[in-house]
Amino acid sequence: MALLDVNHLDVRFALRRGDVQALRDVSFSLERGERLGIVGESGAGKSVAAFSLLNLIAKPGYIAGGSIHFDGRDLTRMSDRALRHVRGHRMSMIFQDPMMTLNPVLSIGDQMVECLKAHRRISTREARAIALRKLEQVQIPSPAARLDQYPHELSGGMRQRVIIAIALLLDPDIIIADEPTTALDVTIQAEIMALLLELCEKHNVGLILITHDLGVVSQVTQRMLVMYAGRVIEQGPTREIINAPQHPYTQGLINALPQMATPGSRLNQIPGSMPSLDNLPSGCAFHPRCGFVERADGTTRRACIDEVPGFVTSGNCRVACHMVAEMLDRERIPAEEIR
Amino acid sequence: MSSTAPAQAPGQAPEAASPLLEIRGLEKHFSLSGDFLEQLKFRKGRIVREQKHVHAINGVDLDIQRGEALCVVGESGCGKSTVARTVMGLLHPSAGEIRYDGQRIDDLSHKALMPYRRRMQMIFQNPYASLNPRMTIQQTLEEPIRLHHPDWSPQRVKQQVAEVMASVGIAADWGARYGHEFSGGQRQRIAIARALAVDPEFIVADEPISALDVSIQAQVLNLLMEAQQQRNLTYLFITHDLAVVEHFGTRVAVMYLGRVCEVAPTATLFARPRHPYTQALMSAIPRLEDDRPQHIRLEGEVPTPVNLPSGCVFHGRCPHADERCRREIPALIATADGGQVACHAVEEGRID
Amino acid sequence: MTTTTPRVASRWSRFRGSYLLYSFKRDLIAQLSLVVFIALVAVAVLAPWLAPMNPYDLAQIDIMASELPPFWVEGSDPTYLMGTDAQGRDLLSTILYGARVSLIIGFGAVALQALLGVSFGLLAGYLGGRVDAFLMRLADIQLSFSTLMVAIVVGALVKAIFGGATFSAYAVPLLVLIIGLAEWPQYARTVRASVLAERHKEYVDAARVMGFTSRRIMFRHILPNTLSPIFVISTVQVANAIISEAALSFLGLGMPETQPSLGSLIKSGFDYLQSGSWWITLIPGLVLVVLVLVINLLGDWLRDVLNPRLYKG
Repeated sequence: MALLDVNHLDVRFALRRGDVQALRDVSFSLERGERLGIVGESGAGKSVAAFSLLNLIAKPGYIAGGSIHFDGRDLTRMSDRALRHVRGHRMSMIFQDPMMTLNPVLSIGDQMVECLKAHRRISTREARAIALRKLEQVQIPSPAARLDQYPHELSGGMRQRVIIAIALLLDPDIIIADEPTTALDVTIQAEIMALLLELCEKHNVGLILITHDLGVVSQVTQRMLVMYAGRVIEQGPTREIINAPQHPYTQGLINALPQMATPGSRLNQIPGSMPSLDNLPSGCAFHPRCGFVERADGTTRRACIDEVPGFVTSGNCRVACHMVAEMLDRERIPAEEIR
Repeated sequence: MSSTAPAQAPGQAPEAASPLLEIRGLEKHFSLSGDFLEQLKFRKGRIVREQKHVHAINGVDLDIQRGEALCVVGESGCGKSTVARTVMGLLHPSAGEIRYDGQRIDDLSHKALMPYRRRMQMIFQNPYASLNPRMTIQQTLEEPIRLHHPDWSPQRVKQQVAEVMASVGIAADWGARYGHEFSGGQRQRIAIARALAVDPEFIVADEPISALDVSIQAQVLNLLMEAQQQRNLTYLFITHDLAVVEHFGTRVAVMYLGRVCEVAPTATLFARPRHPYTQALMSAIPRLEDDRPQHIRLEGEVPTPVNLPSGCVFHGRCPHADERCRREIPALIATADGGQVACHAVEEGRID
Repeated sequence: MTTTTPRVASRWSRFRGSYLLYSFKRDLIAQLSLVVFIALVAVAVLAPWLAPMNPYDLAQIDIMASELPPFWVEGSDPTYLMGTDAQGRDLLSTILYGARVSLIIGFGAVALQALLGVSFGLLAGYLGGRVDAFLMRLADIQLSFSTLMVAIVVGALVKAIFGGATFSAYAVPLLVLIIGLAEWPQYARTVRASVLAERHKEYVDAARVMGFTSRRIMFRHILPNTLSPIFVISTVQVANAIISEAALSFLGLGMPETQPSLGSLIKSGFDYLQSGSWWITLIPGLVLVVLVLVINLLGDWLRDVLNPRLYKG
């Protein structure tokens, strides 16, 4: 069994117009030390997925179904106390905005010591020593001086390094990074991603990287999920998906990148925009924007409009698309076998 | 030169080769010290007046040729947006001058500037903030036309709005609705329509696609390129995204800490970046074909623009810096392949 | 206000789908407050037709019928439902007319405050610099005194300059002026704060790039976006102005007894509390409390609804 096993996860938000389903039937797994990318545009549900992994969904959101098995135990059924132990200790999270994690009125050292002492019975002196070692690991210049500085005294890149040090503080098994470099400049982003990758490899830490940047995913992760309107639509080894995407949305996403077109020519745009979650189209949520609803001979694939596509296996990938299923002439994978 | 385009609009300068926009020695400082009373400090038994400034841009020279898309790239705090806002008259330069079509425009009065307001338009970064929430789309689009063509009949104004809406792919029935009813990409279309409504010849676009999703970015970029072809527009395009620059730009100017460090035709710059900062910036773009990050590691971080480094602003992070770089500010020198670069090491032939 | 012809149907349908109406339907207190408020305003406006007597008409006053108790107390006269005051005026009629005076002064003073405060706030926020410094220091100085104190000083001065008789003749406009001048800084500060927030939004830059004049940008672009806070403080200010007027009247600097407001009615009855005629003070006092309470409750509800942090979209 994998270290992390997410099965048929449903997450809903109870709003005044009724429930909105933010995640539908999301299943994936993560082996120890594996790096997984979750890709999608805003509104695809990738951040909700990250938060629900730690059972951190804030009201009015709630987990409506499915399970999240971590190391054999179901996080959705765990007591708050046990959950707190898992968070921080076994899984930690890096947010897009470092200020979400850092308390502006405490020094970096105090925050790290506090975090250590909450989870381990150690003296302040020992805790400071560990904190210093972690700051050295993230290659912050003059780490000893940083311990007594406050978050606002650091630059954006430095803060994100501190966040990574805090995430590593309790030697977790998995780090969940939600758009960790979106707010940073390109050169700083490259350094932070390289650092994160290096640390994960060195300490055999699993990484779930949530991002909209396909370039970053291809550089850092081994496997990836593509999400659209709350569902996973394609998953498999990163290299295979990037080189030969099969779902029309993944294809569109990759082909829309400026580097995929000759400079100055028209970009291959996907028409329309992502539907809002409270008003999804019938059948495949992508069908109004999809160029494959019509077959080459001019007939319409009714299934795209009427029926939510299930996963079919294609090579090492899984794709939820009627067109791909038809081309491969494959049966869909039974729901209970999807992991 | 690939960038010259035939002069078409009336009232243009006699030589077609003269640049549409010239920026000379542009500087912009922002005071950090508040008003006069707050600047007074007590030092060594005396009251002294202390002023601190953010040096957002420090001596920028740029020419924009007719019909080209000049992209300005750089990281946050490099002054690229300040250049855009100063060109559009939203900020007054601390020093230097801006010439549009040969005429100096940075010191003009509100009234004298009006004809240029019609010819120059701007598209903003945040489509959620750039539309007035209390105005319908129709009102938003009609307002600038009425201002610049007070003699037009209401029918003519409506017709112009309908034309510009059709040209950016906005359905006619959007007019009665408000900005917040639309998605980010749709709002950016509306903002582009507003800029095009008065038939400008020059558009400053300040990070127009940074706030949008990947699939929507492609739509908006296509729209901007179509508009350029149909209307023979000139762009000053501000962005941090080099992949977009490579696709969109005729020429590229790379900025660092308020200075231009390299200007070159796009293909030249991407084939052979000369300035060490340009090289580092380009190596940092995450590319689909990479399996690992393959960037040039720079030391340290961007210094604050409050206390500028002496000499070359990049010397603190540059792997090739020597004594001269720490002392002397490099000037832009022309390179053999049609670009300009401000680097002592390139000038001396120390690096390629 | 705007140039285009109003699309009545679409505005109405937009209102019907709005969050404002939605939350109103769910808020019982807001509904009750609105009903009471509308009822009070209606009877006050319609006082000349509803009231059994005209308290301003000396011919209708019967001095022999003074200090009669309301109907549920022994010794009452059925002609006077709420009893009579010390001068023999029918208390119900006097309260209706008094509520009218109080409301006129309340709304009038708020209109003046809003005019001054919104103009100064817009100027200070949009122009900044010296204009801002001057106007806001002025506001600070005025706010460092209690507003009622400013009103008392101004009221006493006006009364001393014009003399009691002239003051009585022009009491309503003068009170509007006094209370309006005393409380504009609240408006100015609120408006300035929201102008500062709006001024840096890109739609304002877009308007500047288009070449619009500062005046047009201020009034056409920024002002409509600061209306929600203006709306909210207006409710509170109306209640405050009514209270201020009552307080001034109670101190003898307000409405003369010949055209009493709720405040001067309370004052005139106060002298008779000891002699057992409690109703002359208590009933108008109750009306004043209810009026101010419902306005404040409506204001609270509006503030909750229009709070941009709670309501997005």
